[in-house]
Amino acid sequence: MMAAQARDPIDYSELVKPDRVHTALYRDEAIFAAEMDKIFQNTWVWVAHESEVREPGSFKATHVGLQPVIVTRTREGELQVLLNRCRHRGATVCEGRSGRTSSFVCPYHGWTYGLDGALRAVPYPDGYPGLDKSDYGLVRLRVESYAGLVFATCKPDIEPLADFLGPAKRWIDLFMKQGAGFGVKAAGEHRFRFPGNWKIQLENTTDAYHFPLVHRSFLNSVDDQTGELLDVLNQGGFVEDLGNGHSVMVMIPDLVDLECDLDAPIPERFEGLAADLRRDHPEDVVRRVVRAVGGTGFNLNLFPNLACSMAFFRVLRPISVHETEISHIAIGMDGGPEAGNQARLRLHEHFQGPMGFGSPDDAEAWARVQRGVDAGPDLWIMLNRGMGPDGVDNQGPGLGDVSAETGMRAAYQMWKRMMCA
Amino acid sequence: MSLAIDAGVSAPTLQEAMEFIWSEADLLDSKSYAEWLELWREEGIYVVPIDPETEDFTATLNYAYDDAEMRQARVKRLTGTSAISVTAAARTVRTVSRFRQLEVEGAQIRVRCAQHLIECKRGVQRLYAGDLTYDIVRDAGSLKLLRKVVRLINSTEALGGIAYLL
Repeated sequence: MMAAQARDPIDYSELVKPDRVHTALYRDEAIFAAEMDKIFQNTWVWVAHESEVREPGSFKATHVGLQPVIVTRTREGELQVLLNRCRHRGATVCEGRSGRTSSFVCPYHGWTYGLDGALRAVPYPDGYPGLDKSDYGLVRLRVESYAGLVFATCKPDIEPLADFLGPAKRWIDLFMKQGAGFGVKAAGEHRFRFPGNWKIQLENTTDAYHFPLVHRSFLNSVDDQTGELLDVLNQGGFVEDLGNGHSVMVMIPDLVDLECDLDAPIPERFEGLAADLRRDHPEDVVRRVVRAVGGTGFNLNLFPNLACSMAFFRVLRPISVHETEISHIAIGMDGGPEAGNQARLRLHEHFQGPMGFGSPDDAEAWARVQRGVDAGPDLWIMLNRGMGPDGVDNQGPGLGDVSAETGMRAAYQMWKRMMCA
Repeated sequence: MSLAIDAGVSAPTLQEAMEFIWSEADLLDSKSYAEWLELWREEGIYVVPIDPETEDFTATLNYAYDDAEMRQARVKRLTGTSAISVTAAARTVRTVSRFRQLEVEGAQIRVRCAQHLIECKRGVQRLYAGDLTYDIVRDAGSLKLLRKVVRLINSTEALGGIAYLL
């Protein structure tokens, strides 16, 4: 507290301009601490896909900002998000990453909680005359979900999730079409950390500009037809600000709606898969699975921690001002053909994760940003690509271009709004 | 272990397998990836799983699941100049020990061992420890890899970018 008092209050509004943000946003520990409070404790934060907590008794341990939480499915089938902290002396009550359980028992003194967080039992209760167990349940966060995406918030009076998502809902619906009629499920994840600020990653899922350069090695490893498809700067794509810090970047307009063009020729690289599928499935199912197997042609960035990124979920978790953890959650068709799901896993492994042909190159670029900003701490991070000289952001379908930094500008305007609130 | 190459050919001994694995470790630390490719049988699989329990690598998400085509693509990536993580790749030193013969069938041996790999990048050292399981076959007078499974002890934790081969 002494250090905080010794320092002038930070004027966040001065740090975010329409076309640039100050380098302090990547480096300043006080700003990071304020973000964890003003942003991560005050908005909807993505915590799970419903398929990860499918059955009563299922749980998943994760974080909201820096706080460890448990996502549970109660016996009644309700979703709960609970702070992972015993109300007695503070120990975590759950150390598993995911699984099934009927209760959470604190290992220290044995306080026992139900899946809904209610305190059920306290050993040797006579030592607590008049204990009202209802005062000591695990702290519950507010939970809402949309199209299988589960969000939690520490702010009980926040607007409904549906309002927060706004126009992003339409893009979530489009994204989920990669379930090919079977629905979407989480199918494993790659987790890695990079030495850099979380907003460097937040920017990246709406950054088409880096793709042909940073991912040249990946592009060299795919067939010509796929290479043409992934020539993302030349497909007539666009970026659109969807409000509340959310944005969509359409890289391959032909793959926006995966339920259209089902009679288009099957790409060469999926001919083997189509042949496999035809053994057990009618042609319309084959077509739908093949059309959806590579994912959508867009990245939907949801402020602050989730992106629905072409064929997977990208989740970011701030660790410290200069360290961030990324999960790339693979997507499968829920109950869909095994051959199609295996093809999806192999595609995911090809690009994503610590040994993928894409992610390590991203991580290297991000780490280089964090190292570089040690120089010129008073300089600015430029986000002016695609902005006209008059300051007008030409965005949306038919306007601007896919490599415009419109999505980053949208996210930082939300950042400013929340930090100044 | 189902694939017997030639009923008349004996399986590698544990000593031969150890020497083969040491030599492979040396190739990988020296980033001699083209030579490493030569160690493999065409149908071989290089796999770095995430799930510590899984044996069904095709049905689960892995860090790497490489058949011959993907091994070649990976080596092309690791020996090329177009990937910024590769041109800045960590240097590695690995020690392989605690060898144990698990199974012998036909011309094949299955061996499990421990690997301690230390990488160094920009002054930061990081340790990756893991169990390695090898299926090695004697084929036309030399030993060849049929399968290598790398089970990192921290496979379900967050890793760093790995721009080399485990």
